[in-house]
Amino acid sequence: MRPDLDIVASLVCSGQRVLDLGCGDGALLENLINERECSGLGVERELDDFHACISRGVPVTQGDLEAELPRFSEGEFDVAVLSLTLQAVRHPDRVLTEMKRVAARLVVSLPNFAHWRLRATLTVRGRMPVTDSLPYQWFDTPNIHLCTIRDFESLARDLGLGIDRRILIDATGNRVGGLANRAPNLLAERAVYSLET
Amino acid sequence: MVSGTGVGVVETRRAVVFSGDRPLTLASGASLPEVEVAYETYGELNADRSNAVFICHALSGDAHAAGIHQGDDPNRPGWWDNIIGPGRPLDTDRLFVICANVLGGCKGTTGPASTDPATGKPYGLRFPLIQVRDLVEVHRALLRELGVERLLAAVGGSLGGMQALQWSIDYPEEVDGAAIIAASARLTAQNIAFSAVAREAIMRDPDFAGGDYYGKERRPDPGLALARMIGHITYLSEESMREKFGRRIQDAEVPRFGFDVDFQVESYLHYQGQSFVERFDANTYLYMGRVMDYFDPFEDPVYVQSQISRGETSFLVLSFDSDWRFSTEHARVMASELRGAGGTVTFQEISSPHGHDSFLFADPPEYHRTVTSFIDRLAGQRGIGSRGDA
Repeated sequence: MRPDLDIVASLVCSGQRVLDLGCGDGALLENLINERECSGLGVERELDDFHACISRGVPVTQGDLEAELPRFSEGEFDVAVLSLTLQAVRHPDRVLTEMKRVAARLVVSLPNFAHWRLRATLTVRGRMPVTDSLPYQWFDTPNIHLCTIRDFESLARDLGLGIDRRILIDATGNRVGGLANRAPNLLAERAVYSLET
Repeated sequence: MVSGTGVGVVETRRAVVFSGDRPLTLASGASLPEVEVAYETYGELNADRSNAVFICHALSGDAHAAGIHQGDDPNRPGWWDNIIGPGRPLDTDRLFVICANVLGGCKGTTGPASTDPATGKPYGLRFPLIQVRDLVEVHRALLRELGVERLLAAVGGSLGGMQALQWSIDYPEEVDGAAIIAASARLTAQNIAFSAVAREAIMRDPDFAGGDYYGKERRPDPGLALARMIGHITYLSEESMREKFGRRIQDAEVPRFGFDVDFQVESYLHYQGQSFVERFDANTYLYMGRVMDYFDPFEDPVYVQSQISRGETSFLVLSFDSDWRFSTEHARVMASELRGAGGTVTFQEISSPHGHDSFLFADPPEYHRTVTSFIDRLAGQRGIGSRGDA
């Protein structure tokens, strides 16, 4: 499993009901179902990923997560996961609000657009950055709502989401500590949040 | 689109599954002293009897799901031939596929046209009202005859999907996976309204004779044909009708202007109605309509929850975007109710132009691809070889 998914998994307790929005090939849910006795549901739009989920035995709804989210009932899940997907949705605020409605806890990971390398590319070269963490050209990217760690935390506050834990990671998904904790918005490439509703 | 040559020549067999001191007790409490089932099988049951897949048919289906009968036109195979056969989604190189005509049917299984042993005459409307549950009990009795205790999958479209659903609720430990396609867990008022009009068409036919038309010179053919015409409108989408017929005139360039059949779509419906009466029994149509109208498997949520949580059935719920008989909303409600009861449910709405009938088509390819992934996963879990190694 991708290292960042390991961190997401570590924020989910055994036996919980997990909704994974944009679940990809279902690796996280498969792990949670098999290793942690969770029950889960994925939502995935891409057909190849949808089939990968079926092959892993991960229950999945094929479709757009923003269309599917409002169909779930209030409190249907213990945890709603949105991993590296917030920046690709049309209405990030509505998605978080809906996640808050369907689950007691949210686990959200995101790329930090204020990381110094991105800032440098923009400042020095005057070009939209293309990095390991954000590997797309500006004209062909799924990432339509990039934000910074500060932006996200401000939105979370506005939506009444309490930050229960924040884990800083690099582009490969490994934890970063030390200096990064002092200036996360400058030094962390990504962050994983556990949010309480 | 459809691979391979299919299962070849097959035959419908019959088995008496209830009789003598073992009558069938129906969910209503009524009983049937004798039940015979017409069925077909394709492929071989494996040594550990873990590769059985049961096909549940829809309202007008029968046991002849795949292959051809001796002497039949090879271009007119069984009703679901495109999904069953070597290399097909229900791969008969490694699966044992069973299809049986339902209880109350008119294609070889005991139904209203069968002889009531108590009177020596056809049952007619004295045949008891049956439920989806009863259809499932008869399927299970057939499986016992065949030495099958557990299904790798129950698969069905429309009324067939309802049977797969009920089966997994009532006997979750007997069904590894249920593929429920273009089905509903509860008919809407609109569905029941269409069903009512079809029923009226049959019962108001002067030759219906209270259901006792067997052996008589005239049968309620016009009523049954009309019921089928109404049904058929609900099976197609507006788009598929427009594409197939548009406003074209049958056998002419210009309209004839009159009350006889003029438009191609009218001619098509007439043909559907006429050909249906040659192969179907009006009483069976009434009984199956009622089976669907009263179907409400989630009526007792406590029961459903306790059942679903006992087994480990995986559910696949599929709908088609052009199906307005059992729209995607029906499927979503079903998926949500199953999940609410603790079920593991995979759901997909497939874009297809064929309306409710989409479940019978091999296109678009996304449909069979999903069925294939689902069945392959179930087979893999039971250690049944993957495609091509049989």
